[in-house]
Amino acid sequence: MSSAENIQTGADMPDAGMLDVAIHRGGGGRPSAIQHYQVPRQENQTVLDIVSHIQHYIDPTLSYRFACRVGMCGSCAMMVNGEPRWTCRTHIDRVVEHNSLEIAPLRNLPVIKDLVPDLDPFFDKWTKAEARHHPSASRHQPMHIQPPDSPERQRADANIECINCAVCYAACDTVANQPDYLGPAALQRAWTLLNDAKDADKEAIWQAVSGGDGCHNCHSIGSCAHYCPNELNPMTAIAGLKQQTVRQAFSLTSVLKKNRND
Amino acid sequence: MIDARIYIWQRLSAMIMIPLVLGHLAVMIYAIEGGLSVGEILGRTQGSLVWLIFYGSFVLAVSAHAGLGLGIISAEWFRLTPKIASLLGMAVGLILLVMGSHAIWAVTFALP
Amino acid sequence: MLQEYTAKKTTHRQHAHARRRGQPLRYAFVLHRLSGLLLVIFLPMHFWVLSLAVSDADRLALFLEMTHNPVVKLAETVLVGLLAVHFFGGMRLMAFEWFGWPAYQKTAAAAVLSVAVFIAMLFLFRTL
Repeated sequence: MSSAENIQTGADMPDAGMLDVAIHRGGGGRPSAIQHYQVPRQENQTVLDIVSHIQHYIDPTLSYRFACRVGMCGSCAMMVNGEPRWTCRTHIDRVVEHNSLEIAPLRNLPVIKDLVPDLDPFFDKWTKAEARHHPSASRHQPMHIQPPDSPERQRADANIECINCAVCYAACDTVANQPDYLGPAALQRAWTLLNDAKDADKEAIWQAVSGGDGCHNCHSIGSCAHYCPNELNPMTAIAGLKQQTVRQAFSLTSVLKKNRND
Repeated sequence: MIDARIYIWQRLSAMIMIPLVLGHLAVMIYAIEGGLSVGEILGRTQGSLVWLIFYGSFVLAVSAHAGLGLGIISAEWFRLTPKIASLLGMAVGLILLVMGSHAIWAVTFALP
Repeated sequence: MLQEYTAKKTTHRQHAHARRRGQPLRYAFVLHRLSGLLLVIFLPMHFWVLSLAVSDADRLALFLEMTHNPVVKLAETVLVGLLAVHFFGGMRLMAFEWFGWPAYQKTAAAAVLSVAVFIAMLFLFRTL
């Protein structure tokens, strides 16, 4: 048996044929259209490999975004067959249907061009949720000791591996229905900071997550947890925020504080 | 749209309704047997303080719960501004409260 | 900042169709919302019919006579199912919010639907 026959029968290769790839193009004022490309299928091919192949060998005008290619930087997320995924770590065997693939820019975000979403709204909401460190000490003060096995640290650790890829934000139906909703990623980071003993302005975070665009808008559909490539669970973080805000509302101190403000 | 206050009222009214809905489901399945009649319904409710309290709290809770829920849906699905959506929700809640109270009054104090 | 991207919402909506399917729990959300909406629409009718007890008892009797019609029986069954699915679905959501997101969330949603169908069927058999 010759080696050529081997390729034909596909003893080593799952499918040596061509893949039909539909890509959503346009954005930023240009008319949007779906363009089809034929890409040779190879072993161990990721969705990012497919997009790169098109850009390198077929159509250099295709725009997309990536950096590390190993699932750390969170810049290559796209909609693949209608679902948000980190394309550099998505093997096409897992997503291909009838030898075809549909790739679109991340949902719930404006498009700059082709597969490049504008992430400004996503990161603006992190700021709006006060999901940023509020320093409690200067470099002249002694270092804060936070035992790794303390319950607060454990809770903060649970969701700390977020790579800001916006997959959860694109997956969220509540963001789609309510564009000002802060979304799972920002709320999850806010929860992490609330559990961080080194954060000095927890009141600001509480205010930010309890407002009209805050955590109470979440309808617990759970797509964020379902699609998170790092298998984090923003649902747990948002439920934690809801529980704590309710406890606060019913606690005596908050009642007294409110009266004092009036 | 949904801030902490709306959320708390929504969950609170829901929790009040847990025993009430269970009771209502049980009564419906028990009482329906082949259809309803005026005598059957009024026989239970007429002059009964227990049913008055049961359905009175039910109407209160459901008016709040449905008003808030409808406000949220009109903001998210029908794209009304939060202000108009909550006004609409409040109006619906009020209509339900008035109509519900009237219905309870009717079945409690109707002449035999 | 916020105004800026609300203005760009055209592009944001443009690609919304790129997401066609999803995980099963989004159907649980739609079911919860639709059942709630339909119950709100039904309630004024329900209250109005009952208030006939004082104003027009004969008319109430006429309405209750309708409950012997098979089509009305079916509609009542659907309403009982809507109430049950909204009730047990709401219990699932509140249980999750207070006690944590379990791995069997989809099973719980399926259980809610089965219990609601069971209750509706129970009602249907009783009404026949």
